[in-house]
Amino acid sequence: MDLENQQRIKDLTDKYGKDDLVVVLGGGEAEACGLAAETVSTGDPTFAGPLAGVQLGLKAYHMFELKDEVDPAVYDEQVSMMEMVLDKDAINKEVQEYRG
Amino acid sequence: MTFPVLKGTAYTLVHTPDILVHEGKLQESEMRNNPDSDYLKAIPDHLRSFEDVVGYGPNQAYIGNIHPRDLNKIEKPWYENPLKDATADGKFGSIMSEDVFYGCLKAVDMFDLVVLEAKYQEETAKKINDDPVIGKYWVTLDKLTENPSTVDEIKSLIEEKDAKPLYLDGKLVGCIKRAHEFDAALTSDVMFENLVSKASAAYVLAELFAKNDIKPKDVDYLIECSEEGCGDMFQRAGGNYAKAIGEICGCVNATGSDTRSFCAAPAHSMVEASALVQSGVYSNVVVLAGGSSAKLGMNGKDHVKKDQPLLEDCLGAFAIHVGENDGKSPVIRTDIVGKHKIGSGAAPQAIMQAIVADPLEQVGLSIKDVDVFSAEMQNPEITVPAGAGDIPSANYKMIAALGIMKKVFAKSELNQVVENIGMPGFVPTQGHIPSGVPFLGHAKEMIESGDIHRTMIIGKGSLFLGRLTNLFDGISFIVETNDGHVGDDSVDKDTIRQMIAESMKQFADSLK
Repeated sequence: MDLENQQRIKDLTDKYGKDDLVVVLGGGEAEACGLAAETVSTGDPTFAGPLAGVQLGLKAYHMFELKDEVDPAVYDEQVSMMEMVLDKDAINKEVQEYRG
Repeated sequence: MTFPVLKGTAYTLVHTPDILVHEGKLQESEMRNNPDSDYLKAIPDHLRSFEDVVGYGPNQAYIGNIHPRDLNKIEKPWYENPLKDATADGKFGSIMSEDVFYGCLKAVDMFDLVVLEAKYQEETAKKINDDPVIGKYWVTLDKLTENPSTVDEIKSLIEEKDAKPLYLDGKLVGCIKRAHEFDAALTSDVMFENLVSKASAAYVLAELFAKNDIKPKDVDYLIECSEEGCGDMFQRAGGNYAKAIGEICGCVNATGSDTRSFCAAPAHSMVEASALVQSGVYSNVVVLAGGSSAKLGMNGKDHVKKDQPLLEDCLGAFAIHVGENDGKSPVIRTDIVGKHKIGSGAAPQAIMQAIVADPLEQVGLSIKDVDVFSAEMQNPEITVPAGAGDIPSANYKMIAALGIMKKVFAKSELNQVVENIGMPGFVPTQGHIPSGVPFLGHAKEMIESGDIHRTMIIGKGSLFLGRLTNLFDGISFIVETNDGHVGDDSVDKDTIRQMIAESMKQFADSLK
């Protein structure tokens, strides 16, 4: 995960606390999404960024998992094309793994 | 309307393993922050030889010796299956080695910043003077006779004056000095990147002249579209690379300017070049860019982790000649330009609608009317191990999915459409280099031979990297078969005035 995004998520967690915060991912690749989910929950596995060794314990969801939470028209306009293109099941499975 | 045409293209690579090790930004920061890292220790075992680079399928596709679709016939991984009888000289350009390139840095340096060891300088000067392309087209080769140095002097410039070292097979052969004592825009680091970009662009411009029907004195305008910035502390990216590059090749009748939009800049520049030619402002415009030393080895950690060679070991460069309609070269349809507007939105769907579907629909065409698309043509052997996926394939799937949503294709056709409209990625991850335009050389051939009628070139840029906006960028244009019609059927204002005057006179006469 981008080092600057790690810092932003760390700052937001410091400000709002982890109980009222979830991370929504929009990545297009299962492994990269899994890495991002892992970074915000158990820490940066590459030990390169501000979340190295920092267990924020945040839950990450991919946008695909939140389909029922948003206006169907908006989802259709913004996400439906990518649903056809990406390996949705692999992405969701990878992200779910880090929510325990 | 008479459209401008795609008159010629050139594509070159420079194999730069030592620049990768010392100046690639990832490696440089690792050396600074973690000098004993396992990654740095593993690098030497993962570097490729010049022969490996020449034989590598994607590189042969880039310089035009094979078609990108031929990569489908080569067993993966491509780096383990080099092409037999591959040569460094290609139909569209060539591949240069690092030892010659350092001489090129010296030959394009107007401010005595590049210092080379005397014997090495002499040997390289001979190679460059004898080179059938650079030796013929560069007019600044006398620089190679100036200020030869010693290893001791070079060492002291590095240690005491912040100069950047130039290594060849790990041996110190020169350095690049800073251009100012304290100006952050003129450090040795910045000058290194700028001279690398300039030299590699001047190399590809020479190849454009060598392999196409255009002479340096015929160029009216140059548009440079890399991602570098040159200037001083008061105007950090003031420019102008275009003129600095044209000067090296003796383009004495040309002026030029730089266009920037991250990876989308080449496509923007092609639209600008086409407009300048079609409007009659200039007859011959060249769009070009050199390579980026910062991006060398950018995904190296992932490559080493997967125990594959460091494939990001080449600088890429291209030059494209846009000229007046000659009745045979493929035309650039300036009436079908797709643009990602400020108000288009950032969702992939919105982006593809804006840059792919909208321009076609506006002239009554659909995705089905385009034979081949070329968007971000990054080599997947570089991006997949780094977790970025197969970028060209993702673009083709998005275009096909958009077609399915518009009921142009059936859902079951998705994979077939992807195969029909696409090709494997074959371009080094040099930012602006892979974005759409590397296909233009192959597209010109395919259109002229009748294999395809129409292609769409798509440039996409990540503007948020500059931290000034979260906006995305994208622009597309169409290149298609020339119908042989070169005349301008439009009527100018004077003719219209005359026609109106004559009609009014006739009307007035009828009232008499």
